[in-house]
Amino acid sequence: MASLLLRAELGSEKKLNPMEELLNQYETVNLSAVKTWFKAGNIKDFPSNRGGCIKYKNKQIAIFNFERRNEWYACQNACPHKMEMVLSRGITGSADGVPKIACPMHKKTFSLVDGSNLNGDDYKIATYPVKIEGDEVFVGFLE
Amino acid sequence: MINVIVVGNGMVGYKFCEKFISKSGQENYQITVFGEEPRRAYDRVHLSEYFAGKTADDLSLSTTSWYEDNNIILNTSELITDINREQKTIHTHLEKTYEYDYLVLATGSAAFVPPIDGVEKEGVFVYRTIEDLDAIMAYAKKIKANGSTEAAVLGGGLLGLEAAKAVRDLGLNPHVVEFAPRLMPRQLDKGASDMLQSKIEELNIGIHLNKATQYIAGEENIKGMMFADDELLNVDMLVISAGIKPRDELGRVSGLEVGIRGGIVVNNKMQTSDPSIYAIGEVALYNQMIYGLVAPGYEMADVAAEQILKGDKTMRETIDMSTQLKLIGVEVASFGDPFIENENVTAIVYENKFSGIYKRINVTKDGKTLLGGILVGDSSDYNGLFQIYANAMALPANPEDLILGSRGGEGSTLGSAADLPDTAVICSCENVTKGAICCSLIEGTASTFGDVVKLTKATSGCGGCKPMVVDIVKATQKSLGKEVKDTICEHFNYTRQELFDIVKINKYTNYYEVIDHHGNGDGCEVCKPVVASIFSSIYNDTANKHVTTQDTNDRFLANIQRNGTYSVVPRVAGGEITAEKLIVIGEVAKQFDLYTKITGAQRVDLFGAHLDDLPKIWKILIDNGFESGHAYGKSLRAVKSCVGNAWCRYGMDDSAGFAIELENRYKGIRAPHKIKGGVSACIRECAEARGKDFGLIAVEGGWNLYICGNGGANPKHAVLLAEQIDKATVIKYLDRFLMYYIRTAGPLVRTATWLDKLEGGMDYLKEVIIFDRLGICEALETEMDSLVGTFECEWKQVLEKPRLMKRFSHFVNSDEKDDNIEYVPLRDQKMPRPW
Repeated sequence: MASLLLRAELGSEKKLNPMEELLNQYETVNLSAVKTWFKAGNIKDFPSNRGGCIKYKNKQIAIFNFERRNEWYACQNACPHKMEMVLSRGITGSADGVPKIACPMHKKTFSLVDGSNLNGDDYKIATYPVKIEGDEVFVGFLE
Repeated sequence: MINVIVVGNGMVGYKFCEKFISKSGQENYQITVFGEEPRRAYDRVHLSEYFAGKTADDLSLSTTSWYEDNNIILNTSELITDINREQKTIHTHLEKTYEYDYLVLATGSAAFVPPIDGVEKEGVFVYRTIEDLDAIMAYAKKIKANGSTEAAVLGGGLLGLEAAKAVRDLGLNPHVVEFAPRLMPRQLDKGASDMLQSKIEELNIGIHLNKATQYIAGEENIKGMMFADDELLNVDMLVISAGIKPRDELGRVSGLEVGIRGGIVVNNKMQTSDPSIYAIGEVALYNQMIYGLVAPGYEMADVAAEQILKGDKTMRETIDMSTQLKLIGVEVASFGDPFIENENVTAIVYENKFSGIYKRINVTKDGKTLLGGILVGDSSDYNGLFQIYANAMALPANPEDLILGSRGGEGSTLGSAADLPDTAVICSCENVTKGAICCSLIEGTASTFGDVVKLTKATSGCGGCKPMVVDIVKATQKSLGKEVKDTICEHFNYTRQELFDIVKINKYTNYYEVIDHHGNGDGCEVCKPVVASIFSSIYNDTANKHVTTQDTNDRFLANIQRNGTYSVVPRVAGGEITAEKLIVIGEVAKQFDLYTKITGAQRVDLFGAHLDDLPKIWKILIDNGFESGHAYGKSLRAVKSCVGNAWCRYGMDDSAGFAIELENRYKGIRAPHKIKGGVSACIRECAEARGKDFGLIAVEGGWNLYICGNGGANPKHAVLLAEQIDKATVIKYLDRFLMYYIRTAGPLVRTATWLDKLEGGMDYLKEVIIFDRLGICEALETEMDSLVGTFECEWKQVLEKPRLMKRFSHFVNSDEKDDNIEYVPLRDQKMPRPW
């Protein structure tokens, strides 16, 4: 039994693997905390009712134009399940009115409002505020 | 507050808590749970799935907050070392003392390790906890790195075979070593064991029976197993899974009555020899038996909870040990008394070595009662047989029909769920009766299958009863006059077939028109591709038309792979290709550094293309006469063929030529799911045509046409639709069949499943397709004609219109490629870095 407990303790000191490190770059930014508004492009660059991916420093951010709702959302482009840069290529939609994105890899769906997983898994995504000024699209970051 | 302490946080301990808090009168009780393992209770039944990629969290039975939400105190990593029965206290290894009014021992069992010389050597493991599994995984990795491939599992019972599968999943060759002369000696008779053995041996798993292990060979690490017959088996790892041993230490130290071979003795109230102490699950010795199954453990948990709350529920006298499971991919089930055979009981046995099926039922001599049975290789009759046995229902005039099916008639002899009495237990894991399921629907507390599951917990254990529960829910809804529909998703209250008609009648050409008029919300990943596919099926629009609502592979006209790059499959109709074209494919692969593999559909798949390289790759392919192979679409994939009578000395007809003709006829047509075809030039069937949605086999005087087969998770042979027909008739029937399927099937339903659900089955389908019972054949042919006549290669469209090319770049604000993509070497090629 002692060895069992010992193993359990060792487990808690797990080192981060490169993918976890990658995921740690992404943290939800609240509108009130924005320090930098990054110009992501012209609204014409973003197709309606689906996504486009932008590069900001070492981050990849997926931006979605919900034209029918006249709303814009942004989130990390990495799927939190396997850390591949694919969320911008997913299908947009809504669940009980909440705008969501379905990952093209395994069809896990995430709320674009709070980043939570809508299939009941633990995975969560970071979301970012978007603002439109004139016909330009800006994404808010902390740095 | 009355203190209830539960020792043990396994499946049964958890179930006790769950049952307890759901009962009335529990408000005055405080439950405290102790578990020696570091994590919350998890699903041990599905432990081997941990190797197949499930995480410890996936296996967890509850969420982090469940205990807190329900006011239960959970102490993990804390081991109880002693009980002071006089003072009613327990002591933990952290030197803490807790008081109890009631104590529930749910300590379960440990792996039984036979006293063999050398079991302490490195590389010998037991198979019981997630920690065991982690240790096995780590060791397997180590020995594999040193070039070892062989590992043994001691024990040919249920758990042993589970462990063998796990070892196999780790990439090692398992050897199952069993002391008895056959596998699963407790559940199966000789015939059934032999059948199971031959099926398992086909998978290259070594089976060593009648083997008493003398000692474990090797210095510090295991190198082999020496048997009593002086045979040595060279292995570098051993997993012991030879049975269980009740964890009754606490009973022993505190002087509770304990069985001779272990286990804490309990009465039918689950009370031990001390009335304030209860024992449940695999530590409890009830009727001189330890029950190693989940269902009796759950029932014990319920009884103990009732008793503590002053209820009068007791454990039943005889406990059912029926089980149904899949061992290394082989279906195995046994129920009732599987072995009984005497002057009053006859066993009826069906054995088919060709298909690997063994069925046995034990029936009273008067032919009236079913007492038990065994199924190996095909356990689809288990639910029906079990219900007949458990409810002592009447048997058909010829009891053998139960396992052979009634010959020359329609319908199943097992009856339908509707015939079962309300007392029939449908979900034996959670002990849910048919009455409880119907009641929830009739009283209106549930209205859908999902509600029923939430309310009754039916199907949440092993899940084997799901088809029956679905049937009962549907039948009850129907009897309540409710319309039973497979609606697409929350955005559309229609079936795919209804939506198909809505689009067609209203001539809609845009998804948002459809959702604005007939749906609600913003759509989702389910309904958007369905509507896009319907547009394609009606107007033959290519996937370039409704980019936003296409499924993501269709949006990029390529198949997304593990690292977010894509694979490219040019069409090679019938698998016939010239040397020049093969060279072009090779050149493209070299130029874009792609991994190449021949697919099962007789074409070449090129993997690892960056999104922005896709148009460049297709430019070269199309300039050289290729076109899209639609490998990404829910549409015709390929028509596979053998070489045919042009070369083959057995060939009866030009199978390759016919395959090319058919592939070119139906290419690009969108359907509810993918469609595959096959054409063989003789009954040797080299093209595996009967494993396809449509298959043709050349025979004397024409072609035999088979439909609705598939490979995949549930392989099904295609069924004969017409015999000895000419090519024109083949095409006529195929046009009608495919169009009827496209019109009426649900989303992502393949032809085999569609046929299964079609009322009237194949006989009805023949009536529709051949004899035009619905009077729609002309319309079906016209619709198909218009699709066939308007084919366009969608990749060619993209290259011709720069506007369509915009979507093939990774970033909106940069021309760079995705820098997250990394490759590692794989044999002579490459693969994405592992997940």
